[in-house]
Amino acid sequence: MNLPRLLAGLDRPGPLTLDAHVAVHGEMPADVSRSWRTGRTLVEEIRESGLKGRGGGGFPTARKLASVLAARGRPVVVVNGCEGEPASGKDRLLVERAPHLVIDGAVACARELEADRIVFAIDSDAPATRWALQAAIGERPDAGRRGLVTEIVEMPTGYLSGQETAIANFVNRGQAVPTVVPPMVFERGIARRPTFVGNAETVGQIGLIVRHGAGWFRGLGTDGQPGSALVTVGGGVFDPGVFEIEYGAVLGSLIDAAGGAIEPVRAVLFGGYGGAWVDGSQALELEISDRSLREVGATLGPGVIVALPQTACPVAETARVAAWLESQAAGQCGPCVSGLASIVGTLGELADGRAATDAGARLVELAGLVTGRGACAHPDGAARFVTSAVRVFATEFADHAAYGRCPACSSTPILPVPARRLARAA
Amino acid sequence: MEIRVNPISCKAHGLCAEMLPERISLDEWGYPIIDGRPVPRELESLARRAAAVCPTLALVLGADRRA
Repeated sequence: MNLPRLLAGLDRPGPLTLDAHVAVHGEMPADVSRSWRTGRTLVEEIRESGLKGRGGGGFPTARKLASVLAARGRPVVVVNGCEGEPASGKDRLLVERAPHLVIDGAVACARELEADRIVFAIDSDAPATRWALQAAIGERPDAGRRGLVTEIVEMPTGYLSGQETAIANFVNRGQAVPTVVPPMVFERGIARRPTFVGNAETVGQIGLIVRHGAGWFRGLGTDGQPGSALVTVGGGVFDPGVFEIEYGAVLGSLIDAAGGAIEPVRAVLFGGYGGAWVDGSQALELEISDRSLREVGATLGPGVIVALPQTACPVAETARVAAWLESQAAGQCGPCVSGLASIVGTLGELADGRAATDAGARLVELAGLVTGRGACAHPDGAARFVTSAVRVFATEFADHAAYGRCPACSSTPILPVPARRLARAA
Repeated sequence: MEIRVNPISCKAHGLCAEMLPERISLDEWGYPIIDGRPVPRELESLARRAAAVCPTLALVLGADRRA
């Protein structure tokens, strides 16, 4: 019942072997299509559990599974282990340390959907993830065998590689960029078949629900949002890393678990670079749940929480991340390409004190112009991030507009941004 | 009837907004912004012409999902 659930047994280094995994979690029930307690199917059990996707979208997992079941064609199961969010480490950690739990969930989904193919999508620059998966699959009698093909697909590293349409597009055509929906991947995804794409944590949670059922799952969390969740805590804390919490936990206690704040917290970023800033004065008392975060204009997204210390420059941080988001756009949709360029240009002018006095309003206008105008949600996320910065950091934005760069502008960045990749010589 | 744009196909030719300004305007970069209200019967023919005139066939007409 208690924490840790997903992270159980991980107090020693290295991946859990199959034997160690079974010792921690127990055997997976042989017939997972019928829960031993209630006679419910796995989809019904998952619906009862209230499990929602942990990749950022928060879509009810049972509805996704039911849509795949209702669509025409032999289904494909995809485990999305891509960690496109620079400030997130939870999915990589789970796959690298508890690969069998994720494989259990994938095998359970494959059996329920009568899928004959499981695809593990991981980042190409994560060799440890690939090694852990390969070793774990090799230990299993029930995966990577005739009747259930198991493959590892290495996605080109990038913010959008983890988009589910990008994964299907890459497997189908070698292009790791999102496609227009509809068709949704659950109707027509990999090889034009109905495709269930589950975030690695989501699938790991299914590995637990298969064993313990919906009632057990709901023993943690809130009524509206049951269960535990993995979060990556970073920024100005002494002991950053991946933590397992129950929904409804108070942010302040999580910050304490992460060693405490190094200095007073100016603001907290929830949900990654497509998420939103919340003022430090109200953030620490917040319950970590969609309901309480929605009231302050944020979501937990893929479980990213970054504390911005008061000596950092929020304008420089926001401008830097926005520029990186622009660099990560697939470049397919005009409003996203033009809009993000205008946003980054305006933010740069603002940070340097070259902007017009109404630059903040201009940023909000641009954010409105790009929202909902791309094939994927990339422009929407960038717009949310920038709009929340304009709102929460109104004072700092006004100061920069009036006086230009501040002393903190050149201090060590808090929000991680991967180095731009140099084109490799052929 | 409902109008949607395929944002990947759209290359900002702007002909759709010329054909159907009642429902389509252009943003500052020339990409169409669709008025989400349903297209009344008397505009359906113009909407079809707006879709047909698009050089990249990016304008998609569909049944109104709310109907």
